[in-house]
Amino acid sequence: MAALSTIAVMILILLQILSEGLPVLHLRFFLESPKSMGREGGIFSTIIGTMALTAVAIFFGAPLGVGTAVFLREYTRESKISRIIRFGTDCLAGVPSIIFGLFGFVFFVIQLNMGWSIISGGLTLAAMILPTVISTAEESIKAIPLSYREVSYSLGGTKWQTITRVVLPNALPGIFTGILLSIGRSIGETAAIILTAGSSLVMPTSLFSPIRTMSVHFYILAREGISMKMAYGTGAALILLVLIINVIAQWLINRYIRHRT
Amino acid sequence: MSQGKKIFIKDFSFYYESFQALRHINLDIRPKEIFTVFGPARSGKTTLLKSLNRLTDLVFGARHTGGIFLDGTDIYDPKVDITHLRRRIGMVFDLPTPLPMSIFDNVAYGPKLNKMIPKKRLAEMVEKALRSAALWEEVKDRLHTSALRLSGGQQQRLCIARVLALEPEVLLLDEPCSGLDPISTASIEETLIHLKKDYTIILVPHNVQQASRVADRAGFFLNSELVEEGPVYQIFTKPIDKRTEDYVTGRFG
Repeated sequence: MAALSTIAVMILILLQILSEGLPVLHLRFFLESPKSMGREGGIFSTIIGTMALTAVAIFFGAPLGVGTAVFLREYTRESKISRIIRFGTDCLAGVPSIIFGLFGFVFFVIQLNMGWSIISGGLTLAAMILPTVISTAEESIKAIPLSYREVSYSLGGTKWQTITRVVLPNALPGIFTGILLSIGRSIGETAAIILTAGSSLVMPTSLFSPIRTMSVHFYILAREGISMKMAYGTGAALILLVLIINVIAQWLINRYIRHRT
Repeated sequence: MSQGKKIFIKDFSFYYESFQALRHINLDIRPKEIFTVFGPARSGKTTLLKSLNRLTDLVFGARHTGGIFLDGTDIYDPKVDITHLRRRIGMVFDLPTPLPMSIFDNVAYGPKLNKMIPKKRLAEMVEKALRSAALWEEVKDRLHTSALRLSGGQQQRLCIARVLALEPEVLLLDEPCSGLDPISTASIEETLIHLKKDYTIILVPHNVQQASRVADRAGFFLNSELVEEGPVYQIFTKPIDKRTEDYVTGRFG
């Protein structure tokens, strides 16, 4: 019953968005930049904005998160330091996104004088996705049998060689899943992004340009009553984008696992 | 140090936290012999093997007293390069542990850790190791398929080949035939006897029969102690210690 209602809710949402949004989706909608505040034209600049912001977030968040997980699993035993780090990430996971936005605004935008930009927003998002990346990476590293490590050490491997050649390659599918979740969260975020990356419709030219993501575009179109039609179009495009990313990622993971077993 | 000793274990005791896993072990291993370490479960056999290549370093709270000497050098000397030590003393574990990569990459794993090796040379090393482990003929046409698809016996011979690829001096084999069928066991035993020409082998056997089939000398371990050691025929036919006799005649264990 519970499972059925979950599916029902999902189908209802999809039907609503897609039935209103799909008619708007033409190739021109994807390839043209918005005109007159988004009333006309397409959403090209917001697609670019979304991808740039997500890329920056992953670029900074993923290595930091995976590094932390490796440190927690391979370099420390359960100790005061590891408990403090774990407590910290748990707290981070519970912080509302608007607080991240406020932090990013005060620290990156004003303090570091980066302005509303892809880099400010990306770094804020990186901090937001850290807990997810850390915990999924840690789980998948934990799942690797001790015997694999013993084999590597017994063949004369150093700790670093063991981590890079045995531990990480085997943890990769799990780490990838965490990154995928993070991409989802980055794409869906709005409040923190308005505060740190702005909501400019102009095509970005560098990492220091302000941008508007698809989610923010959707929010502003609907909130300010600019065009519900275009808002639904953006929503439908957003769903398709997430779907495409998931399908491609799943395909990549499966290919990787098949290759190794 | 003295001639005729490849490994010299001197008053060696080992502890996991407060549990003493080895008590005052004194033992010599001669070059190019098969020495078998046998005894009931939890008698310290695996700990002894893992102490010899310092895999026990990975265990938190482990410590030891006494010393182990390889060709006269204390392996616990802080100056010892531990990765080099582990190349000289290769280990095969009780369960086959192929890494989730291709057959070729498994065998090449050890050599590639050390230095850059030209592709052609690496292929030669892999072939030689697989031939020594009597696996080449079975896998030569599928070197780049996953090692996880091999049968248990093949996986274990792959693990032996993986160690041989490093051209070690000593082989540690911890019940390499547990979980294998009699045919695979026979082929591994045959491989071991063949390998004795070039390597010093320390074997924890699958059972007493296996010990008597392949080994030159044997040591009986019980409750963390080395009870008795000597030539295989003596240990298995006229042991000096009552406990050894009880064990080899099957009264316990």
